[in-house]
Amino acid sequence: MSSFSVTDPSPRSKWFAGTLVILYALITMVPLAWIMLTGFKSPSDAISYPPKVVFEPTLEGYVNLFTTRTRQTDEYLQANPPKTWYEEIVREYDMVIAGPSKFGERFLNSVIIGFGSTFLSIVLGTLAAYAFSRFKIPLADDLLFFILSTRMMPPIAVAIPIFLMYRQLGLSDTHLGMILLYTAVNISLAVWLLKGFIDEIPREYEEAALIDGYTRFQAFYKVVLPQAATGIASTAIFCLIFAWNEYAFAVLLTSGTAQTAPPFIPTIIGVGGLDWPAVAAGATIFLLPVMIFTILLRKHLLRGITFGAVRK
Amino acid sequence: MAQIVIDRIRKEFGDFTAVRESSFTIEDGEFFMLLGPSGCGKTTTLRMIAGLELPTSGQIFLDGEDISQKPPSQRDIAFVFQMFALYPHMNVRKNLSYPLISQGMPRAQVRAKISEVAEILGIKDILNRPVGGLSGGDRQRVALGRAIVREPKAFMMDEPLGALDAEFREHMAEELRALHDRMNATTVYVTHDQLEAMQMGDKIVVMNNAVVEQFGTPQEIYDKPATMFVADFIGSPSMNFLRFDGVIEDGARWVSLDGVTLNVPRQLQGAAGTLVFGVRPEHVALTDTGRYRGKILASEYLGTTQIVTLATANGEIKARIDSAQTAAIGETVGLEFDARKITLFDEASGTAIRSTLNSEVLAHG
Ligand SMILES: Nc1ncnc2c1ncn2[C@@H]1O[C@H](COP(=O)(O)OP(=O)(O)O)[C@@H](O)[C@H]1O
Ligand SMILES: [Mg+2]
Repeated sequence: MSSFSVTDPSPRSKWFAGTLVILYALITMVPLAWIMLTGFKSPSDAISYPPKVVFEPTLEGYVNLFTTRTRQTDEYLQANPPKTWYEEIVREYDMVIAGPSKFGERFLNSVIIGFGSTFLSIVLGTLAAYAFSRFKIPLADDLLFFILSTRMMPPIAVAIPIFLMYRQLGLSDTHLGMILLYTAVNISLAVWLLKGFIDEIPREYEEAALIDGYTRFQAFYKVVLPQAATGIASTAIFCLIFAWNEYAFAVLLTSGTAQTAPPFIPTIIGVGGLDWPAVAAGATIFLLPVMIFTILLRKHLLRGITFGAVRK
Repeated sequence: MAQIVIDRIRKEFGDFTAVRESSFTIEDGEFFMLLGPSGCGKTTTLRMIAGLELPTSGQIFLDGEDISQKPPSQRDIAFVFQMFALYPHMNVRKNLSYPLISQGMPRAQVRAKISEVAEILGIKDILNRPVGGLSGGDRQRVALGRAIVREPKAFMMDEPLGALDAEFREHMAEELRALHDRMNATTVYVTHDQLEAMQMGDKIVVMNNAVVEQFGTPQEIYDKPATMFVADFIGSPSMNFLRFDGVIEDGARWVSLDGVTLNVPRQLQGAAGTLVFGVRPEHVALTDTGRYRGKILASEYLGTTQIVTLATANGEIKARIDSAQTAAIGETVGLEFDARKITLFDEASGTAIRSTLNSEVLAHG
């Protein structure tokens, strides 16, 4: 395309758009950068005013995040010199490491529940979307509307019935319970998004596979699934972000074995004063999986997020 | 290789009937044309033969076996889709090997088979290319390759040239026909282009509005149309229809139009009411002596021939005559018709009246 093309933006408007995007990115990145920096500050730097942009980085926040510590007598400290770099950090406050904190466990819970429910939502959502897209289902439109209607109120509105039901069924504070709950919330989104993507895939591809001697199920997973990869990837990201960040149900339904990171991170505050660097470190680590997942799938996401508007 | 018998198949989508009680037979090795205007049910018929759609009623026999309710994978029929439907996430080689892998063919054999087919179609050098960037012609060849590679009993082709440039179509049509002659596989080919059907087909079925209008060789369909629709749809320009009121006795050898007696093939059926005198433009001659008169309205020069449009007492008529003959606009001339080639129709039903010309064709159509 030459610069004379009518459809191409002029250099001026390109420059303008670029500036806007960068400005917007800066605004949204500032809190993120703030959190990430705070994780590497000492407690006093973290709360100093005006805020410090230049500071001496320390891993104190991360050590505090992953450990529990106790104060010890001077004799004990003298008799047991620190053996590792993280013990050394703790010694500055005349403390020793008593053991690992619960953060690792909670983080793992988040991973299991977040990815587990995403996987389940995608599997069920893809199968349902395929059926809605390709088969004659009696009352298909009503069913689709019904599925969507589960999203018309905030999920937390049904917190009490779910709380009682889960207690009765023994699903409270279990991984399975949380996976089922997040799947139930996400599945309507998954079905609707994926149906849109599958509708866009011409039926001829599957029919060609049927003609080529494959069963309908083989045609589905060998031909339709690869074509739907874009849609599946973007739907998966939406599902994961919801399940990963969900706070209200997690507070209500989990307290121990299945507690996820979001309700846990604020409780760090309670341990010996406001440990902002540890909270920030927790938030930073908590961000990583979704970020990595999104970056891994971004090639699909960029195309998928337009919801097939410009495919082909 | 196979014979396909279609016996009164019918297809309904809800309360819409896409195909209505159609019957015809495709002989082993035939290049068979399903011809008709858009929306008449050609694709639906083809899909029923391949098993992508199940008929509401009626049967389809492949070599004597009723296959009408079998899944496509058990029919051994290949299908070339209108838009080719090559698997977009695979390269050319993968596309070609796909139907072989489903049969569990060993790898070495698959490779050998693919290079053989690639050789036939001249696509050896693009085997490792993704299908996305291929030209229309190459896509077409790959689609054909995917169909022929497994040596099916029959081929279904849904307007396979429809997606190609006009210039390339003719070339591809020849290639297709040559491929068929080489393999001699029963082929059912859907088209809405009557020229394509006439040029390529051994047999033609003409469909209109969900029904089979006529079924026969291109010559039969052209010379002995069973209905006014077929007469009008086939040929360019199409058959002339001169309407007149009259009565035909069984055995009549002439009709009277505007008081002029015109010879026709011996009629084998009586008819009365509004009748139609059907004559192809090339069977109309302009003479000074002809008693049936027409006034020249226009002339279209086509090189060796010209198409002259005339007004007559029974409506407009087109004649294809030698371009050397002068045809002055406004002049009134005599018309003579080739009596052996005339078909009479009953206007109300739109069907041909039986005569010595068409009785054989009408009996099986
Ligand atoms: N799956 C379907 N559901 C409803 N109507 C259909 C379906 N497939 C085809 N039709 C209708 O049947 C008629 C014949 O279609 P088709 O066989 O594709 O025609 P052709 O190939 O001759 O153009 C059309 O009016 C079309 O709209
Ligand atoms: Mg069609």
